[in-house]
Amino acid sequence: MSAKKESLGKTVGIVVAVCLVCSIVVSGAAVGLRSLQQTNAALDKKSNILNAAGLYEMGMSNSVIESTYAERVEPRFVNLDSGQFVEAPTADYDMYKAAKQTEYSTQVTNSNVGFQRRPDVASVYLVRDAQGDVSRIILPVHGSGLWDLMYGFLALDADGQTVRELIYYQQKETPGLGGEVQNPAWQDKWDGKEIYENGDVAIRVVKNANPSNPHTIDALSGATLTSNGVENTIRYWVGEQGFGQFLKNQAWRS
Amino acid sequence: MADTKEMKKALFGPILDNNPIALQVLGVCSALAITTKLETALVMSLALTSVVAFSNLFISLIRNQIPSSVRIIIQMTIIASLVIVVDQILKAYSYEISKQLSVFVGLIITNCIVMGRAEAYAMKSPPLMSFLDGIGNGLGYSFVLVVIGTIKELFGFGTILGFEILPLVQNGGWYQGNGLLILPFSSFFLIGGLIWFIRTIRPEQVEPKE
Repeated sequence: MSAKKESLGKTVGIVVAVCLVCSIVVSGAAVGLRSLQQTNAALDKKSNILNAAGLYEMGMSNSVIESTYAERVEPRFVNLDSGQFVEAPTADYDMYKAAKQTEYSTQVTNSNVGFQRRPDVASVYLVRDAQGDVSRIILPVHGSGLWDLMYGFLALDADGQTVRELIYYQQKETPGLGGEVQNPAWQDKWDGKEIYENGDVAIRVVKNANPSNPHTIDALSGATLTSNGVENTIRYWVGEQGFGQFLKNQAWRS
Repeated sequence: MADTKEMKKALFGPILDNNPIALQVLGVCSALAITTKLETALVMSLALTSVVAFSNLFISLIRNQIPSSVRIIIQMTIIASLVIVVDQILKAYSYEISKQLSVFVGLIITNCIVMGRAEAYAMKSPPLMSFLDGIGNGLGYSFVLVVIGTIKELFGFGTILGFEILPLVQNGGWYQGNGLLILPFSSFFLIGGLIWFIRTIRPEQVEPKE
């Protein structure tokens, strides 16, 4: 038995059989559970948008998230070059997928934002108050941190100038250092900051920022590269290659 | 067929007499990191227990077929597959918690308890006993996690499973939360204390002086 057990053919056979069974189990689980996982991911995105909208409360149930989102948040699409609202170019349009296709995207120039192409049409989310007026504009932003791209939502007041929230929902920064971009105490520092000064992008993330300066946010200690990444991300997306034209037009007012 | 006494020993022995964390000091990494809240500790315990139990079962089922030259790799393949399945299930049915556990579910693969039991027990024992041994070791791990999680959540946040027990000063109560206990490394003290406690009531676990 033991001599036979160690033969080359048997060893290879057992390894192949185990790998086959394991891969069937793993792929079965992945395929079988995908639709549930996608529902969860969509719900998670909605709760992050509600968080940026200032409408999220701890312990909201799934149905409340759905209904609040449906009631108060209006997803729209914006052509970044013209700054006007447009229809979605395709049904099921995803700006992050579109950025990978040349016919839907443009080369990034003069920026260290950390990706090569940006989509021509981007999502924005308009938040309406109880009277139906736009109270906040939520812009999806992303850019590289230290390790990888960080994805977040930047919420602005209806004046297109004052920051309300910066919520990162996907990042792989070092926990405790760069990962502090998700720390509520740091997120609060963005509240009330102003993006533009005399029409130019003025917002900066700097060390030992003066809290009374409306254009600077205190950098994360021990995470200079992440802080620089946040600065590059925000400056790119509110700049002329990003949502700059849209924020100048203020198309949500009409 | 193994008798009931032996089965009981495999199932309940690892809780106090042969605890994987307290006596064998295995799998401490995840015990430090995810015990801040009792809920995550419970889910992690459940995930680890099912992985150890099923990896023990499957490895024991094919233990006579596994060539010894590649046995570790085969064990890892089975364990890794089970961990991925558990991770997928968590993502599908308990998304919030799976986000909090983040990498630690994946790191069950490298948890020494799983490999240790597969190599030390399942390779030599029949399937049923191996399965029970897996559950038993999972329970031993869970016992430590639940104790630490309860202490940390109760004295750190004043809650148990999210229900308020000690009202915090911030919420108008009288209890000042212990900031140290919210941090992962406080588990070092707590696990140390727990090992001391277990060895006090079970003096035979104390190593002889060299």
